[in-house]
Amino acid sequence: MAVAEPKSAIYEGTRVPAPIPTVLQVDPALRETGDILEVNFGPNHPSTHGVLRLVVELNGETVVGLQAVIGYLHTGFEKNMEHKTWWKAITYPERIDYVSFQNNELVFVLAIEKLLGIEPPPKAQWMRMLLCELNRIHSHLVWLGTSALELGAMSMFWYCFRERDAILDLFELVTGVRMHTRYFQAGGLAEDVPTGFDDECRAFADTMQKRVDEYEALLTGQAIWLERTRGVGLLSAADAIALGQSGPVLRASGVDWDLRRQQPYLPYDEVDFDVPVYPNGDVYDRYRVHMDEMRQSTRIVQQALEGMPEGPWIVDDRKIVLPPRHELHTSMESLIHHFKLVTEGYRVPEGEVYVPIESPRGELGCYLVSDGGSRPWRVKFRAPSFVALEATATLMRDALVADLIAIVGSLDTVMGEVDR
Amino acid sequence: MSWEAVPGYVEEREAYGETTVVVERERLLEAALHLRDEAGFNFLADVTPTDYLGWDRPRVAGYWADPRGRDINTPGSWGLQSQPEPRPRRFSVSYHLLRLESGADTAPRLRLQVWCEDGDPVPSVVSAWPTADWHEREAWDMMGIPVEGHPNLRRILMEDDWEGHPLRKDYPLGGEPVRFSDAE
Repeated sequence: MAVAEPKSAIYEGTRVPAPIPTVLQVDPALRETGDILEVNFGPNHPSTHGVLRLVVELNGETVVGLQAVIGYLHTGFEKNMEHKTWWKAITYPERIDYVSFQNNELVFVLAIEKLLGIEPPPKAQWMRMLLCELNRIHSHLVWLGTSALELGAMSMFWYCFRERDAILDLFELVTGVRMHTRYFQAGGLAEDVPTGFDDECRAFADTMQKRVDEYEALLTGQAIWLERTRGVGLLSAADAIALGQSGPVLRASGVDWDLRRQQPYLPYDEVDFDVPVYPNGDVYDRYRVHMDEMRQSTRIVQQALEGMPEGPWIVDDRKIVLPPRHELHTSMESLIHHFKLVTEGYRVPEGEVYVPIESPRGELGCYLVSDGGSRPWRVKFRAPSFVALEATATLMRDALVADLIAIVGSLDTVMGEVDR
Repeated sequence: MSWEAVPGYVEEREAYGETTVVVERERLLEAALHLRDEAGFNFLADVTPTDYLGWDRPRVAGYWADPRGRDINTPGSWGLQSQPEPRPRRFSVSYHLLRLESGADTAPRLRLQVWCEDGDPVPSVVSAWPTADWHEREAWDMMGIPVEGHPNLRRILMEDDWEGHPLRKDYPLGGEPVRFSDAE
């Protein structure tokens, strides 16, 4: 199932504009005809997934000039994190990409753990993997619902958000909140896995496999959907690599690349899953990659439930992890540790690390610099959505204005992550 | 593997299982093209500037304060157990490279790094990896690294007429400066 037979010719050309790779400039000869119309698409437009602004120059219905303008959601997360203790800063990454919050939280926590040199216990690792895959399904559902809605498939939105709500219910069961859970922390998890989660999650995983088939029944072979998505927004493998694309966009251009396989971080090497790759590099193939990934993520969730080891869910290191609550009443040492951790936080050894993971949108990297103190010296996120928008000028070259919406949707960008 | 053949090679460091190759700022583009063409690093994942202003200031264990009291907004004011390694210049710019081969089993990574003072131009690597375009604009916008030879070096996240570079250590964290009556 992983690799489908190519149905149309594989696109191999190079269309990156020169000299500026991210701006499509109008041919001066064409501009002299005076028929060029400049249109602002966004920043407040229901189909821009937030506050993306595209300055589009049209010749009739054809896009001949394009420039993406970003920054409307810049909130200075990275600067703020430099002024928080490591412990408190964990709440920030999940708000950067508010759709794949668990994965963003994970990359920051993994980077801290790399500097600290600690390894969380197996149960914490498996639970992290399970939640990250649930979060991947969640993110893809939001993507599918909104992107299909933009192309007129209204009912998809309701179906996708029904399953999304079921996932949020699972998050609420485990962490107490539906989004922005702050459930991962340096050393493991914030709390033990509650009883009853296993059954609820198993029930969800069983229905989810059927649900993906239902979504596909509505869209995959539907004439309007095919017409709107096939052969639209072409990106060749060479262009995708040159423009730094990752995740579903890269895999839909025929590049077999998934950091869960190439650079395993959680126990991803102990579970069985396929990496969907499609060769045509159009909107339709990006859609197929997303659909297959939801199936594969469900498989990983099922295997994680089977393989979930018993044991502790956080490391036993009182210099990093809060002592159990009951010890505060009986142990002076624990009270001191609690006080120091809450006020000053733990200290992270000096150094710089770059930790990449495969988020639902692609390579999400976290670059950390520590001076040995209790706050990060520098935090930088390599945001896959930011990089995905660099490809807009290449993808929308000579596209029709109606296809802009399909193409923007297929890049699966979250503006919070683009602007940080 | 030694990286001494990289043009402008200064030093290499191994830490936390990651390799960092430092090159001369002026020869960055040469080094980038060498690493892309000879070593196969065809994918630029990220460009990150870092400001080390205040890194060398003496910081001791315990709370650090000046005569007016403790200033918790100064970086490092919470006291360090040891003084961090000195840095050669104020800014570093790190290029996180990846060798991306379809279907490969491994993901070799390398950090290419240059050091510069405020205002030193850093050559653009857009001609080596087109994806560097927005990353370098962000480096200019957020940290004020003047990228030399960039085709479109404008602010990207802040407005075009913004003053200052928000991620610098000497840029305040939000809000208007407040003056108290007893400050003078």
